[in-house]
Amino acid sequence: MKKILAIVVLTGLLILLLSSFLEMPVLGSIENPSYNDTTHYYLDNAVEDTNAPNVIAAIITDYRAFDTVGETVVLFTAIAAAASVLRVLHDDSNKEKVKH
Amino acid sequence: MDDLIVKTITRIIIPFIQVYGIYIVLHGHISPGGGFSGGAILGASLILYTLAFGYKDAAKKMPHHVGAILESGAILWFLALGLIGIFAGGNFLTNRDAGFYMGNLSMLFNAGLIPLVTLGIGAKVASTMITLFHTIIEED
Repeated sequence: MKKILAIVVLTGLLILLLSSFLEMPVLGSIENPSYNDTTHYYLDNAVEDTNAPNVIAAIITDYRAFDTVGETVVLFTAIAAAASVLRVLHDDSNKEKVKH
Repeated sequence: MDDLIVKTITRIIIPFIQVYGIYIVLHGHISPGGGFSGGAILGASLILYTLAFGYKDAAKKMPHHVGAILESGAILWFLALGLIGIFAGGNFLTNRDAGFYMGNLSMLFNAGLIPLVTLGIGAKVASTMITLFHTIIEED
């Protein structure tokens, strides 16, 4: 009974995903909603604005630099969390504290 | 691990990997690449050193306090570059209007903020990879 229920639910989900997938625009088509004014602005003005030939670098470190700050903070938080969990006992002064 | 072939090959190949990583980082605004990918290559070369020579030798080359300085220094460098934009009267992380050196197109040091930010990200990613790896493998 559980198996049949799982199959029915998963088949329904498959049909839902496939039907929405078929509605998606073709990759790289000029009709895509993502190919909008922002894209045109970047392609037309990125080299003049930033003087960098690599438009992708211009976008991620100039136009969207605040997003990159966020990514860097994520890296810093990850390393701080991992080090605080794993490295407590490696410093001698901390070892004393844990023992007593 | 104590294998002569692995150690010799590693000793030969690491300079090439690191030069390639530095190239990717420095040319981040000209060719494909950038701080994240170049930093990953640099970090991978240090991980290769740790795998070939063992943790004790690697900890001498790349101790934890160097990693800590690089970690915090790189992110503070990034934020300081952003604050220059505010003090110059623009937004956070302003590039051209904040008076960064623009230079000629496709030279190595142009594009103002972008190579400086890429340098910071590269150091950050490399030190993150190697610090995480050392933290996980070191045993008490």
